[in-house]
Amino acid sequence: MASEHRLRIKTLIMVLAMVVCANVGDLMLKRGMTQIGAVPLSLNGLQHAFLLTVTNGTIWIGIFFLTGFMLSYMTVLSWADYSYVMPAGAFGYALLTFLAVVFLHESVSPRRWIGVVLICVGVLLVGQTKPRTTTEVAREATA
Amino acid sequence: MIRDVLLLAVLVLCSTSGEIAITHGMKATGEPARLRPMAVLQFLGRALGNGWFWAGVPLMALAFYSLLVLLSWEPISFVIPASALSYVVGTLGAKYILGEEISVARWAGVVLVCAGVALVAAG
Repeated sequence: MASEHRLRIKTLIMVLAMVVCANVGDLMLKRGMTQIGAVPLSLNGLQHAFLLTVTNGTIWIGIFFLTGFMLSYMTVLSWADYSYVMPAGAFGYALLTFLAVVFLHESVSPRRWIGVVLICVGVLLVGQTKPRTTTEVAREATA
Repeated sequence: MIRDVLLLAVLVLCSTSGEIAITHGMKATGEPARLRPMAVLQFLGRALGNGWFWAGVPLMALAFYSLLVLLSWEPISFVIPASALSYVVGTLGAKYILGEEISVARWAGVVLVCAGVALVAAG
């Protein structure tokens, strides 16, 4: 069915956008906060840290990507099942492991590799199911 | 230990119920006519006017703060595997609250993802 195929493709694109935006956003926030350093838990310290975060370019890049994540998440949920999108999003954990090995040359324990394999098989299984199982009629009733 | 379990329950229940409320709101909003910037902006405008979306946001914020507090009490290698329970709780919510159809393949996938996330985060 052509429309089913189209639905699958656009869901896949949005889930990929979600995963990339969430991971890049988190990475930028972490990098920005590392530049700022440990935040002292005093009124002065918090005030100072707040000023440093809102003037830090890396933090804003992170916020930009996390906004992109939220937008793609909302958009994909407007047509796809929650129970389809949620497990598919876990692909990010597998992706992060690959990135850590390739770019950061981190060593990865066998236990973590088993986890990555389980996530990939799980995401493939969920990916095979129909992205949307609720009907338009149900949508109108809830609108 | 008891406070860990309680906060974990708050975390899992708030994150899944928040996401379920947002899903419900987005389904009611209806998908953007096409995936072009203008159509997506119009969609966003409609979504921001939806009450279910605004019910979901504070729940997700509460889940985020419980995660931060839990992370300050326990190591991440305990917190993330434990919170992977959300995948199973979220799927139950999708079935019984949103009326989604969970086939055997989808259940199997969810359980594998849940176990996989737990193993990856445990190191």
